[in-house]
Amino acid sequence: MTSTQWVRRVVKPAAFVAALVPAVLLVRDTFTGNLGANPVEALTHRTGFWGLTLLTVSLAVTPLRRLTGVGALVHLRRMLGLFAFTYAALHFTVYALDRSIWSGEGWAMGAIVEDVVERPYITVGFAVFLILSSLAVTSTNGWVRRLGGRRWQALHRLVYVAALGGVLHFLWLVKADILRPAIFGAIVVGLLAVRLPRRKRRSGPRPEATPG
Amino acid sequence: MLIRRPPAIRTSEITDEGVYLDRRQFMGVGAGLAAAVAFPGWRWQDDDELTPYDDVTTYNNFYEFGTGKGDPVRNAHTLRTRPWTVRVEGEAHKPAEFDIDDLWSRFPPQERVYRLRCVEAWSMVIPWLGFPLRDLLAAVEPTSAARFVEFTTLYDPEQMPGQRRRVLPWPYYEGLRLDEAMHPLTLMAVGVYGRALPNQNGAPIRLVVPWKYGFKSIKSIVRIRLTREQPQATWNVSAPHEYGFYANVNPEVDHPRWSQKRERRLGELFKRPTLPFNGYGDEVASLYSGMDLRRLY
Repeated sequence: MTSTQWVRRVVKPAAFVAALVPAVLLVRDTFTGNLGANPVEALTHRTGFWGLTLLTVSLAVTPLRRLTGVGALVHLRRMLGLFAFTYAALHFTVYALDRSIWSGEGWAMGAIVEDVVERPYITVGFAVFLILSSLAVTSTNGWVRRLGGRRWQALHRLVYVAALGGVLHFLWLVKADILRPAIFGAIVVGLLAVRLPRRKRRSGPRPEATPG
Repeated sequence: MLIRRPPAIRTSEITDEGVYLDRRQFMGVGAGLAAAVAFPGWRWQDDDELTPYDDVTTYNNFYEFGTGKGDPVRNAHTLRTRPWTVRVEGEAHKPAEFDIDDLWSRFPPQERVYRLRCVEAWSMVIPWLGFPLRDLLAAVEPTSAARFVEFTTLYDPEQMPGQRRRVLPWPYYEGLRLDEAMHPLTLMAVGVYGRALPNQNGAPIRLVVPWKYGFKSIKSIVRIRLTREQPQATWNVSAPHEYGFYANVNPEVDHPRWSQKRERRLGELFKRPTLPFNGYGDEVASLYSGMDLRRLY
């Protein structure tokens, strides 16, 4: 089996199942009443955690490709990104329900607008959700063609902004214990940093223009 | 405020408790329960439904045992609650050190059902066992200079593993104005649901100030000090723009990062409005007449 076949037949299905496990456990815990004393908070935290985790894992694909030389790993990237978006969408949905219907004030959409405008961690979280949504929509081959490779790539570099924004969102919402957001921050910054040397080398010092 | 019969305590629960309590502690609980039954005293109760015991004892903010809500119930077994003494000192004519078992017998616990409103916008209804702080303070005879009361939690990273990380400035300390401390609603709790406090709920003795956000109700107290100056309070020192010294429950003053207008009563999906002073305004609002509670949040 070539490494490409191995990625397609083994690694990708395994990653798919692994990324689905948190969702399966969430559904199980929801329907068996195992979300603890504050189920809405548990759902919010768990969906947010897995959204950021999968976003981080998707950023690890490219460094892993370079490290292993297995270029076919790129086939994991879109799937992991879409999982990250799915968890983020669940996270946003639970939050939005909590601030509207479940608020006990009827359909109070005003509270969400107020949050987005007035509370920086929610502003950032909402911006991340918008970015991930647009990346999810344009993730198809059709959109790559429509935008052209170069423009599509430029758009999808926003994933770095989304990851850093996700870390900031997490950091700003904790009360005192910044350990977990700090760990995410270190990993995301690390994954971005390993991309830098290569880019520098490519753009390198340009030869002086010499009069011909 | 409605008066209601205290919830029945199943004999099986009490018997079960005895299995893991040492003899001395078990006798203390027994004496306290007997006293609670014999001298029911005042009962401050509400028509709110009690939050189930399992929720009260598994969903806790007690950073000395970890910052997750489920950490305290997992980690608090390392806390040794016997022997335990509480020193009451400072501006007092008769400062004293009280053994926890003596407190049980000297100040017979009453049952008080209070709402607990966390600053994180969730709430519970809890049947505490305890005695008014004013009785304890009266026993040490505060001097005329005493204006505030400072409380300190145990500091022992061996017993409280969460103190090994400086998430907050340890030990946890809190403070009340003397008139707040002397208010009949202010309770020193030694039990919950008719039994001794589980470790994760602040055993063996904690403060309960039902009209203030939960973080004011300091747990596992080893020292109470009467002071002239306003004492420092942990969360107020840690993040002064988010947590004030007074920390009265107030739907009109939002936490900078979330609204305080409504709260989720644990066990309910739809939130309910948060009441000024957590619904105890009739009893305590007069303590703050003339104060700008927007500024002194």
